[in-house]
Amino acid sequence: MMDSTKLVPLSNCSPGQKFKIVQLELIGTMRYRLLDLGFVPGAVISVQQKSPLGDPTAFRVNNTMIALREEESSKIFGEVIEND
Amino acid sequence: MDTHAAVNREKSFQELVKYAESLSNTQTRDRIVSHIFQTTKKICNDVVSYNQKEKPNPTEKLDRIFTSKIWGFPIMLAMLAVVIYITIAGANIPSSMLANFFGWLEGYLTLAFKAINAPDWLYGILVLGLYRGTAWVVSVMLPPMAIFFPIFSLLENYGYLPRVAFNMDRLFKKAGAHGKQSLTMAMGFGCNAAAIMSTRIIESPRERMIAILTNNFVPCNGRWPTLILLSSLFMAASFTDELSTMVTAAVVVGMVLFGIVVTLSVSWILSKTALKGIPTHYTLELPPYRNPKIWNTIVRATLDKSFYVLKRAVTVAAPAGVLTWILANTYIGDTSILLTIVHFLDPFAKSLGLDGFILMAFILGLPANEIVLPILLMGYLSTGALTEIEDMSTLKQIFIDHGWTWLTALNTMLFSLLHYPCGTTLINIYKETKSKKWTFAAFAIPTVLAITITFVINQIVRLLGLI
Amino acid sequence: MTEDKEWRIALAGNPNTGKSTLFNALTGLRQHTGNWPGKTVVHAEGSFTYNDKTYKIIDLPGTYSLLSNSADEEVARDFIIFEKPDVTIVVLDATALERNLNLALQVLEMTDQVIVCINLIDEARKKGIEINKSLLSKKLGVPVLTISARNGEGIDELLKTIDLMVNGKIKTNPLKLQYGPDIEEKIAKLIPLVTKLFGTEYPARWVALRLLDGDHSLLDALKRDYHSSVRRMTANGYSCSC
Repeated sequence: MMDSTKLVPLSNCSPGQKFKIVQLELIGTMRYRLLDLGFVPGAVISVQQKSPLGDPTAFRVNNTMIALREEESSKIFGEVIEND
Repeated sequence: MDTHAAVNREKSFQELVKYAESLSNTQTRDRIVSHIFQTTKKICNDVVSYNQKEKPNPTEKLDRIFTSKIWGFPIMLAMLAVVIYITIAGANIPSSMLANFFGWLEGYLTLAFKAINAPDWLYGILVLGLYRGTAWVVSVMLPPMAIFFPIFSLLENYGYLPRVAFNMDRLFKKAGAHGKQSLTMAMGFGCNAAAIMSTRIIESPRERMIAILTNNFVPCNGRWPTLILLSSLFMAASFTDELSTMVTAAVVVGMVLFGIVVTLSVSWILSKTALKGIPTHYTLELPPYRNPKIWNTIVRATLDKSFYVLKRAVTVAAPAGVLTWILANTYIGDTSILLTIVHFLDPFAKSLGLDGFILMAFILGLPANEIVLPILLMGYLSTGALTEIEDMSTLKQIFIDHGWTWLTALNTMLFSLLHYPCGTTLINIYKETKSKKWTFAAFAIPTVLAITITFVINQIVRLLGLI
Repeated sequence: MTEDKEWRIALAGNPNTGKSTLFNALTGLRQHTGNWPGKTVVHAEGSFTYNDKTYKIIDLPGTYSLLSNSADEEVARDFIIFEKPDVTIVVLDATALERNLNLALQVLEMTDQVIVCINLIDEARKKGIEINKSLLSKKLGVPVLTISARNGEGIDELLKTIDLMVNGKIKTNPLKLQYGPDIEEKIAKLIPLVTKLFGTEYPARWVALRLLDGDHSLLDALKRDYHSSVRRMTANGYSCSC
C-alpha cells in the first residue's frame, strides 16, 4: 500500500505542521465518522495541540478542532505540506 | 387483517431486505457517503467566499494554556476548587436565612395548630414531618445548588468541558474506558439519573456500560449539600471563619477527586473482568470558546435549578418526612418502629464507623439522596427533646449528642459518595440497559465498595487509636 | 383565537452549532427538561406560540450524520422518519458550513418540510466568511435563513418562515442527490417494492438507499414501526399511536 511515495501517517506529525490527507486505512463506523468530520481525502488539516498527557492530539479540519487518539491518526495517511 | 396477512407482510419484508442485499456490495455505502461529501464540497465552493486571510485564532491561543502540558491539570483543579469555594462561601448566608425563615414560620404554624386544637398526631405528621422535611431540603439544598449550577453552566457554555475530556482522555483510555466518560461524569454533578441518559454519546456498548456503572461515584446535586454541610461542621470547625470555608472547600474537592480515582479504578477493573475489551474509536470535538451570555445563563440555570430542587422537595422530601414521622411515632410495645430498625442496624453500622440512624437514613433515602440528611435529623430529633434547628451550631450539637466524631462525619461522607444510586437513577439504568443483571450490578458494586471502604477506614482509625 | 392543532418542529444539527441556543431563544422558559450540564445529549421539548399557532419543538441530539453510526443518530433519524414532524429545522454552523451541510443533505432526502438555518452568522462575518444564501436556497430547494441565535438576529424571519411553511405557502423542491447510473439503477429497482410494502408511509427513495447500504438498525426500526402500524390498522380503524 505504502510503496508509492512518501505517504506518512498523521500521527507522525507534530503541532504546527499542515497535512494533506491521501487515504484512510480504516473501515466501518470509524471510517464514516472520520469522513463525517471532514477527514476526507484531499482535505488539508493542521496539527494543533497535544493533550497534557501526550495523547490525544487536536487537529484543525474544516474550521473545527477535532481530537483523535493515536490509534486513529496513525491510520490516516497523507503528506506533510508545510512546516511552521 | 389477520395474523396470516401479517405473516405474509413480514415475509415480503424479509424478501425485500434479501433482494437489496443481493444488489449491493461493500463499496456501495462508501460510494453513497463519498457522493454526499462531493456534493457539499461543490455547493460550498459556489456559495461560500472567504474575504480575509485567516486571522490568529483566539481559541488556539487559549487551548495552548488550558490544555498545556504544565498548566492543563493545575487549571482544571483550580477551576474545580474555585467553583466549590464560591458555592460554599456563597451558600452559607442564604442557607441560614432560609432556615431562620422556616423556623419563624413553624412557630406560627404551631400556634395555628394549637388555636384550632388540632390533635397531636396531625400536628406531628404535617408540621414535624412534612413541613420540616420539606423546609430542610429547601434550606440546605437550594442555596448551594442555585450557586453551583450557574457557575458550572457558564463554564460549559464557554466551552471548557470538552477540554477537560481532552486532558483526561489518556487516563480513561488506560482504564479501558471511553474519553467521553468525563463528559458524562460532568453531567453527573447535576444528576446521575440524567447522566445515565447522557452516556448515549458513547457509541461502544462496552464502554457505555462502564460509564453507566461508575457514574454514581460523582456526587450529584442531592449529595453535594451533604458533603458540604458535614465537612463544614466537622472538618473545618476548628479553623477561623475565613480559613474554615477554605478547609471545607478543600475537603469537598478531596471527596470529588477521590470519587474520580474510584471511577477510574472501578472502570479499570471492569474492563479487565466483566467488560473485557479494548478501547474503541474516539473522536472529540473541541468547539471554539464562546463568551456565554452571562446574565442569561445565570438566570436560566438558577431558575431551572431552584425549580428542580423545589419540585423534588415537594415530591420526595414531603412524603419521606411524613413516613419518618410515622415510623418514629408508631410504637410496638414501648419502642417505636424507627428505633427498632435503628437498633437492628446499629451493630453493623457501628462496624462501618456509622450508626443505626445513619444507615437507616441511607436506606430510606433510596428514592432520592436529598432526603438522607433530613431523615437522619428527624430520626435523631425524635429520640430526645425536640430541638428547633435555628442555626448550624444547633445542628452540630444534635450530631455530637448522638456520639458523632470526625470519623463518623468522614465515613458518612464517603458512604454518601460511594453508595448505591438513587431510585430514579436505577430506573434509568434499567431503561437504558434493559437488563436486570446490569441494573443489579449498578446497585451492588457501589454498595459493596461503600461498605468495604468505610469498614476499612473505621478499623484502621480505631486500631491506630486516632480516635 | 388560537388554533387547536399543535404543530411539531424538530431541530436537527451538528453538535456545537448553537442548536440549544436557538431552542432556548424560541421557547424561553417553556421547556420540559431541566438545563443540566451536558444538556445537548438528552432530547428536550418545549413549546411556543406564534401567529395564533401553537408549536411543540423537539431538540434532537446533535449529530454529524444520520446514517446511524451511533445511538444518538438513530434517535434523531427515527424521529424524523417515524414521528414525521411538520417542519424540520436544520441548524448549521456558518463557520464550518462544508462539514455541516452533509447533515442537511441527508435530511433533505428524508423529508420535504425543511428549513435550513445558518447560525453563528455574526461569527462568520467577523471571520470574513460570506455566504450567498439565495444561491444556497436555490441549490437546496428549501428556504435558507441566516441567524444569530445568541443575539436574536433572524429569529423573526425564522418564525415567519415556519408559519408560512405549515400553512402550505412554501413549495419546496428538496435537492435529491444523484448517485451515478449503477446505484440509481438499483434504487429504481427497489423503489416500487418499497412502495408496495409500505405505501407512502416512508420516503421510498431514502428507504431504498438505506436498504442498499445495509443499515441494519434502520431495518430493525422499520420492522418495529411497521408491526405497530399493522396493529394500528387492525384495531377497528382506530388510530392510536400509543
